[in-house]
Amino acid sequence: MISLKVNGKSRQIDVAPDTPLLWALRDTLQLTGTKYGCGQALCGACTVHVDGVPTRACVTPVSAVAGRSISTIEAVDAGKVGRAVQEAWRRLDVVQCGYCQSGQIMSAVALLTTNRKPSDADIDNAMSGNLCRCATYQRIRAAIHEAARNLAKEKQA
Amino acid sequence: MNAPAIENLSRRGFLQGVGGLTLGFCISAPFAPAALARIGVSPAPTFGFNAFLRIASDDSVTVISKHLEMGQGTYTGLATILAEELDADWKTVRVEGAPADASRYNNLFWGPAQGTGGSTAIANSWGQLRAAGATARAMLVAAAAKRWQVPGAEITVREGVVSHAASKRKARFGELAEAAAQEKLLIDVALKKPADFRLVGRHARRLDSADKVNGKALFTQDVQLPGMLVAVVAHAPRYGAVLRGFDAAAAKRVKGVVEVVQIPSGVAVLAADTWSAKKGRDALKLDWDEARAFKLGTDEILAKYKELAKTPGLVAHTAGDADAAFAKAAKVIRAGFDFPYLAHAAMEPMNCVVKRTAEGCEVWNGEQLHTGDQYALAGVFGIKAEQVKINMLYAGGSFGRRANTKSDYVVEAANIVKAIDGRAPVKLVWLREDDMRGGYYRPLFHHALEAAIDAEGRLAGWRHRLVGQSILKGSPFEGMVKNGIDAVSVEGAANLPYAIPNMRVDLHTPEDIPVPVLWWRSVGSSHTAYSTEVFLDQVAKAMGKDPVALRLDLLGKHPRHAAVLRLAAEKAGWDKPLAAGKPGTRRGRGVAVHESFRSCVAQVAEVTLAADGTIKVDRVVCAVDCGIAVNPDNVRSQVEGAVGFALSAALYGEIALKDGVVTAGNFDAYPILRINEMPRVEVHILPSQANPTGIGEPGVPPLAPAVANAIGAATGRFPGRLPFRSEELKA
Repeated sequence: MISLKVNGKSRQIDVAPDTPLLWALRDTLQLTGTKYGCGQALCGACTVHVDGVPTRACVTPVSAVAGRSISTIEAVDAGKVGRAVQEAWRRLDVVQCGYCQSGQIMSAVALLTTNRKPSDADIDNAMSGNLCRCATYQRIRAAIHEAARNLAKEKQA
Repeated sequence: MNAPAIENLSRRGFLQGVGGLTLGFCISAPFAPAALARIGVSPAPTFGFNAFLRIASDDSVTVISKHLEMGQGTYTGLATILAEELDADWKTVRVEGAPADASRYNNLFWGPAQGTGGSTAIANSWGQLRAAGATARAMLVAAAAKRWQVPGAEITVREGVVSHAASKRKARFGELAEAAAQEKLLIDVALKKPADFRLVGRHARRLDSADKVNGKALFTQDVQLPGMLVAVVAHAPRYGAVLRGFDAAAAKRVKGVVEVVQIPSGVAVLAADTWSAKKGRDALKLDWDEARAFKLGTDEILAKYKELAKTPGLVAHTAGDADAAFAKAAKVIRAGFDFPYLAHAAMEPMNCVVKRTAEGCEVWNGEQLHTGDQYALAGVFGIKAEQVKINMLYAGGSFGRRANTKSDYVVEAANIVKAIDGRAPVKLVWLREDDMRGGYYRPLFHHALEAAIDAEGRLAGWRHRLVGQSILKGSPFEGMVKNGIDAVSVEGAANLPYAIPNMRVDLHTPEDIPVPVLWWRSVGSSHTAYSTEVFLDQVAKAMGKDPVALRLDLLGKHPRHAAVLRLAAEKAGWDKPLAAGKPGTRRGRGVAVHESFRSCVAQVAEVTLAADGTIKVDRVVCAVDCGIAVNPDNVRSQVEGAVGFALSAALYGEIALKDGVVTAGNFDAYPILRINEMPRVEVHILPSQANPTGIGEPGVPPLAPAVANAIGAATGRFPGRLPFRSEELKA
């Protein structure tokens, strides 16, 4: 048994210790918002936060994150940065097929959590590990800037 | 696919659709609330108006989409069309995927088959869904007229409310739905004038956005059924390899592995979860007989094609006397172009869930070719096609891959279920490497072009020879192969819009290459737009003409092409010099225009080259004529995405084979464009009153030639093969 703390809840799971966090989340805990895209940390579709740090779940064995705080797309609306990012994504109609977008949003939330006013270069650095085959990148960039503006307004208010 | 025969069919379908004569309407009894609740639909009593619409007593309007949502905004666009004529309140509109039933849900451009592709979803549904919405609106009006005892002509409908001004009576759709659904269908319903559109032509937000930003959208990869097993398959390392035997002992020792079965396409390892199935698959010991396997590499295939290009092929198009024009030419220009195999590489690798049921079988899939897959699965299980029930889920991209002419991965999933005698539902999961090496690529092509300039300096002759495998031959769409010419091999080349008096386009279709090929976003235009548009720039250079001016000179009979070209050139500032780059860099601007799927797109690309030949595309200005833009923001979104998709291929896209083995397995060896490489894209839509044409694909073809022409302008070198090679573009 391995003990995981996912989205604030403690979960006991019976999987091989080398099982990537991705498959434990998806197949064992039924949290299917985190996606499989490559299995080699090449595409970012599986991005989750481990202790707040964006992490590729497909190459992270569950044994390495036992007891650490994991958060996934399913809980991203628990924080105001997450809500601002989701709102900007919806307002600008960023998504197309949508398969990579959980990972995009997790990376964007991590960026805006540590950098409230990212430049285009900051966005390139934080987001270039997340592939989007539909190439929604122009809107991803615009939505991150918009979320940053809205978070700044919220702070003033 | 630009098939004239299919276009004719579609026109008939369109006219009939508008008249409401052939819509397959069925006035059905209320749907069972329990069944609706199970699939997440409002449990309020719900009433079917026709094959495409249900209205519930809680006012919710459910539009049934016969087409797949694979990213192109199809669900939203289709709902917009129906809701427009229904005068629905957009906030109450939701979409549900249609079941597989070609008698009601066939693609009107494809005759009797149901499926999504060729950028047809909006175009073929335009008349059908307008009629469906208008008819249902008339039924609501008729029900209100009866209830209120007033003339129907005095009743108005707006945003989901039916009103009679004189008597000040109002009813919401939900209040009238039950009675209205019993109304007789009206055959002649008036459709709105475009000036009266309230939703079409405006920005309706995507209906799938909310579920795609919180992880709730259901893709095939996410399906979990009670007792379901996950299958990962070991496939042949080379095309044509035959399994001699295998040892599954180590695989079966992997915790979680339940069963190992041989299927026609390999060996499947079934487990309770994906990781165990993968570990089991990797532990298999396989003995492949490769004596008859295909062992050529792509370099050898290309060399064969170049040899073939020295001999005449089957003539796909001819005008005037091309050979005479070349005999008299004052100047002849020649160029060759090589195009690699390309993988679709959708973010969601191919997968499929199949369950054997008492009634036949049930499938969960990002379903793109319902009718073909129904027949294929019926063949596997020995049942009738209509016994194959298909649940169409969101697809995590496709770009043509899921519309498989052989139903490859769907059949594989079914064969696994058959191999375990249907004991459990099975989710077949292709890992990224299975997907990338699984074939069905955009075919590798070689093109050879020649242009004749006459003594007066005019473009007098054009000869274009293409060599590449056929997509359609042996497929259910084989009817589009005429006199040995696969229409999609030469689309964009055989119908070149330029007024050149003497032309010949011919084609070789090698049949000894077993690498499976398939349509890849924009199909034939993915290579023909490049060869024709880059060659034309080389011709313009030789003639000393401006590329835009030469095109406009030659587009007299093609006003849509000319209009988008002018618009793109104007918005890009073509008449002003391009700003210089940083010291040590070279900058260039290039243009291309192309029609595909009955839409015209022109693009102007601005490119900066570093001294080492590294290419950076800075800006792409696009002009689009796609008829009426049902959702202009979605049109922009599709063209932005098409630019990025096409740029991926132009910069990096190449599936190479070495000794018959596909070398790339993942995104390290088959790179996809990243956010830092995405150019600034501007999309300008030409105002139009014409019926909508395609938009999912037409943004792809002009991008690579526009970039190549920009490279040509900056360096004097026009890339003769894709992807671009930086080493050929050093300062």
